[in-house]
Amino acid sequence: MSTSGDRTSPATLAESPLTTADVNVPTPPVRRGGPGIRGRQSAAGWLFVAPALAILLIFLVIPIGLAFYVSLTKWDGLSSPFGGGAKWVGIGNYKNLLTQDSLTRQNFSSSVRNNFYFVLIAVPSQTALSLFLAVLLNNKMLKGKGFFRTAFYFPSVTSSIAITLVFLFLFSGSGAVNTLLGYVGINGPNWLADSDGVFHNILGGFGIDSPPGWAKHEFMNLSWWDWLSGPSVAICVIIILVVWTTAGTFMLMFLAALQNIGEELDEASELDGASSWQRFRYVTVPMLRPTLYLVLTLGLIGTWQVFDQIYLTGNNPATTTPAFLSFSQSFNNQAFGVGAAIAFLLFGLIIVLSTIQRRLIGDRD
Amino acid sequence: MSTRSYTSAPRRTLGYLALVVFAVIYLGPFIIQIATSFKTDADAANHSLSLIPRPVSTNAWQRLFGYGSGEAVPFGRWLTNSIIVATCITLGRVFLDSLAGYALARLQFRGRRLIFAGVLATLAVPGVVLLIPRFLILKQLTLYNSYAGMILPIMVDAAGIFIMRQFFLQVPVELEEAARIDGAGIFKTYWTVVLPLVRPGLLTLTILSFQGSWNEFSFFLVATSDAKYNTLTTGLAKFSSGSLGSGTQYPVNMGAALLTTIPVAILFFLFQRQFSGSQLSGGVKG
Repeated sequence: MSTSGDRTSPATLAESPLTTADVNVPTPPVRRGGPGIRGRQSAAGWLFVAPALAILLIFLVIPIGLAFYVSLTKWDGLSSPFGGGAKWVGIGNYKNLLTQDSLTRQNFSSSVRNNFYFVLIAVPSQTALSLFLAVLLNNKMLKGKGFFRTAFYFPSVTSSIAITLVFLFLFSGSGAVNTLLGYVGINGPNWLADSDGVFHNILGGFGIDSPPGWAKHEFMNLSWWDWLSGPSVAICVIIILVVWTTAGTFMLMFLAALQNIGEELDEASELDGASSWQRFRYVTVPMLRPTLYLVLTLGLIGTWQVFDQIYLTGNNPATTTPAFLSFSQSFNNQAFGVGAAIAFLLFGLIIVLSTIQRRLIGDRD
Repeated sequence: MSTRSYTSAPRRTLGYLALVVFAVIYLGPFIIQIATSFKTDADAANHSLSLIPRPVSTNAWQRLFGYGSGEAVPFGRWLTNSIIVATCITLGRVFLDSLAGYALARLQFRGRRLIFAGVLATLAVPGVVLLIPRFLILKQLTLYNSYAGMILPIMVDAAGIFIMRQFFLQVPVELEEAARIDGAGIFKTYWTVVLPLVRPGLLTLTILSFQGSWNEFSFFLVATSDAKYNTLTTGLAKFSSGSLGSGTQYPVNMGAALLTTIPVAILFFLFQRQFSGSQLSGGVKG
């Protein structure tokens, strides 16, 4: 420890912690510490990170390894899987899910289909809505924006369980939404109990009620007709709910980015005679590209994991997602090996999709 | 800006109109929720859009607090559990995340970069992938169905470590060096000199941790099966999805959901800046 220079007593430091000018330490001997300091820092460094590191290792890293092992076994969740309670099946669980005809595989296929349509509709919708709200709130001419900003953002911070319960009530058979639809003469569906695919319903409107020959062929235990069903009416409720709750968070991200763009550019292009749509499309949107990428990525990762909301809709094939299927296979059917395998397949899918997305629209710098 | 004044009046009206429409869409569900909690079961089911309960009934609220007619709702227990668990997780995160964040920001030690990279890597693991792993480890450590099992695994979070590291990086390094030259130990320097300087960071982390653990659902679902460990989220979810037998008792459901929302709502209105600031830590200037 080097002790040159005039000392500042700890007391003075505590009294004026922020004024570096007072702590007038002549700095020559501070050569990033001598061996003594480095040794002490090294020990302290490890000591400081040790508790956090231990918890992350014990409750996050190691368990993922254990679960991967379980995904290669048949285990009922009761005995210890490492003391002979689990039967080794190798890649059997993965193979069954992907190649063997079975009810489980059919459920897996439906869950992937459900979640695929969920992502396909929810991600663009939440991005568009949040951008729209941000542009609206960025308008200098409007007053009282703080109130609206708070209102739009508030659902993002509330409990997913609490807010889903409210939506299940609003979309119940005789709920508020159907009452409103009734005022304009629409006989609303019994939303959450309705497992019909939206695309099927639209085709039904044109008189096509049954699959053409080619669509009867199956892929992964699900006919092409069922793959192309579109989102079920029931899952549309969850889509609306998720778009409604997440838009506030993404709106704030867009709002911050919009405020960074500044007005000069906008005014310059306005003087050049660009219409407001042209200015938005060719000036604002390109500047928002990094935020757009962030929002789309977070949206993609989040929507492939939808779980809490699905749990509340009950064990319903029309709304099941891979995340929920992984849970119900494990905890309701005691097939933990299959459940873990589904979780890892989902993990892989999320990684692949976010990599593709980065290739397509990521920062190219 | 003469071009603007032509269009500004109708456009402003349009802007306000859009804001009001969305405000109704965003606030409407909460208003209906409050109104419904004061209705009778029949009134809630038959006049779900009405904002005026006819008759006004406080039965749902009485049931939540152990009075009133109908099956009792163990709301008090859920609330107590939520408070215990959220408080412990919050304290743990604030203390341990900031310790680790400080070491990663300021202390020189072998392996620091590797650890930091590792912490960031855990952020990429999707939460739902962790459900079975966490159940497994709790079983192995015989922590399944215990408060310790609900608290320990999420008492540290990588995002919190990252946030605290960013705050520590902004503290002028001269202050620490001065304190050390005066002979203060590393922990004492950290505790008495540096920590007070990152109060805004600690506040942000406290609020986010509390909100996160208060709203946590899926982890508690796999960490416990015994009803005495139900929190507001798991208790409410099991109650309403019928495993406790009452799918359509809307007033009680709405009241319990409302009470679950209120603590976070209060935090939100008091500390909105910390909430929104943290959302923007993804690289955009706030």
